[in-house]
Amino acid sequence: MTAAALVLALLGGWELYARLGGVDSFILPAPSEIASALADDRALLWSNFTVTAGEVLLGIAVALAAGLALALALHLSGALRRAVYPLLVASQTIPIVVIAPLLVVWLGYDIGPKLVIVALVCFFPIVVNALDGLARVDPDLLKLMRTFGASRWRTLWSVELPATLPSLFSGAKIAATVAVIGAVLAEQAGSSEGLGHLLLQAIPQLETARAYAAVVLLAALAIGLFLALTALERVTVPWARRPVGRGA
Amino acid sequence: MQITTEAVVEEPRTAALNEAVELVEVRRVFRGGPSPVEALAGVTLRVRVGEVVAVVGPSGCGKSTLLELACGLQAPDGGSARALPAAFMPQRDLLLPWLNALDNAALALRAQGLARPRARARAAAHFEAFGLRGFEAARPWELSGGMRQRVAFLRTLLAGTPVLALDEPFGALDALTREELQGWLAAMLAREPRTVLLVTHDVEEAIVLADRVIVLSPRPGRVVAELDVPLARPRTRTDAAVVALRARTLEALA
Repeated sequence: MTAAALVLALLGGWELYARLGGVDSFILPAPSEIASALADDRALLWSNFTVTAGEVLLGIAVALAAGLALALALHLSGALRRAVYPLLVASQTIPIVVIAPLLVVWLGYDIGPKLVIVALVCFFPIVVNALDGLARVDPDLLKLMRTFGASRWRTLWSVELPATLPSLFSGAKIAATVAVIGAVLAEQAGSSEGLGHLLLQAIPQLETARAYAAVVLLAALAIGLFLALTALERVTVPWARRPVGRGA
Repeated sequence: MQITTEAVVEEPRTAALNEAVELVEVRRVFRGGPSPVEALAGVTLRVRVGEVVAVVGPSGCGKSTLLELACGLQAPDGGSARALPAAFMPQRDLLLPWLNALDNAALALRAQGLARPRARARAAAHFEAFGLRGFEAARPWELSGGMRQRVAFLRTLLAGTPVLALDEPFGALDALTREELQGWLAAMLAREPRTVLLVTHDVEEAIVLADRVIVLSPRPGRVVAELDVPLARPRTRTDAAVVALRARTLEALA
């Protein structure tokens, strides 16, 4: 409620400043102008939105699959963890902005480099959270399974993986917010469609309201993904806020 | 002459057959801290098949370590530890929150590779006797503390191991529920006898449940007393004989 009031107040202030402050609308359009751009350009915006949303969703899916697989491999092998984990951290120091154009040169203009870039930015939070989740499984639970004669795989499947789901959701929620940024960067590095491409074109055309409308859609995409993941989390891991083994 | 020879030859063999748990002069030292901590300093403990043995001692005397040695979850640093397969039941119920009561009870069977429908059917058959009927679909947090512990106990029992290793199984419960579950466990064992190694800091619990009580010293743990409990069952905390034994055990602990 208070957040909504704050947003309204900020939008009101912006509107007043843009209208009464003598700012040209191609420099800073008022919220009402952005709203009309959203309405007027809806066909153009929508067709580009679906492209970007597709890249984001596919990129997150790729990052989830690869991230979980790597987290499991690192969890099961201490040697592998010691070898790969530092590289994983180091990979995060490479600025995506710099390698995005290089990936376009290498992989071409189509969806390939976008998926790689989105997956690259999503990968790290997913792997780190999944790995933390796997490492934090109650050691007594693992002892319990051992005395029951469970195999390594059985314990992984019945205990460790379900126990890691809440952490995996945390990673995916962080990934969802950065995925959109990744997709825009990738599109701006080389693309003929998508909201990132639209942004890049709208600014020199002085269609500033349209550029802002694209930003609104990008933000909505990130928020929508975050909320969808939160809802999915409530349904799939209703125990997440309850400590294991203690019940109530 | 012949008789003595026979006895010497015969004794180890029967011992091997009759003993479910045999810890001989086990030592356990934990390194890794600022200085090594000796948890157990040469403890010898034998539990015969079908016997209920309770280990009591002050906190930190290595009781839980002893149990994990018996379960094969740790290896001793000295001496030898041998035991028939033992299922471990910790103080916390450790029920999995993503499974309902029935699937939690069936976990040990699933762990051994039994298919889900068969594992559930076998677990469900015990719900009546465990006072859990009607709660098959309940999630752990919907059960009372006593019920959760009964589900955990059923899970341990269904593991089907000859030995049950119970680590303060009622320690997390309130006094009333604890007493109720002690009576219930005694009845359970009367119906379905198992070898039990029970670790507890509750002296009364040890005397009410066990055939024999082993008293450990403060760390490093060693056996300071061993008391037989030759009393008929069911026993209650207020029996004169229980009270007398309790006094003797507390004396040994002091």
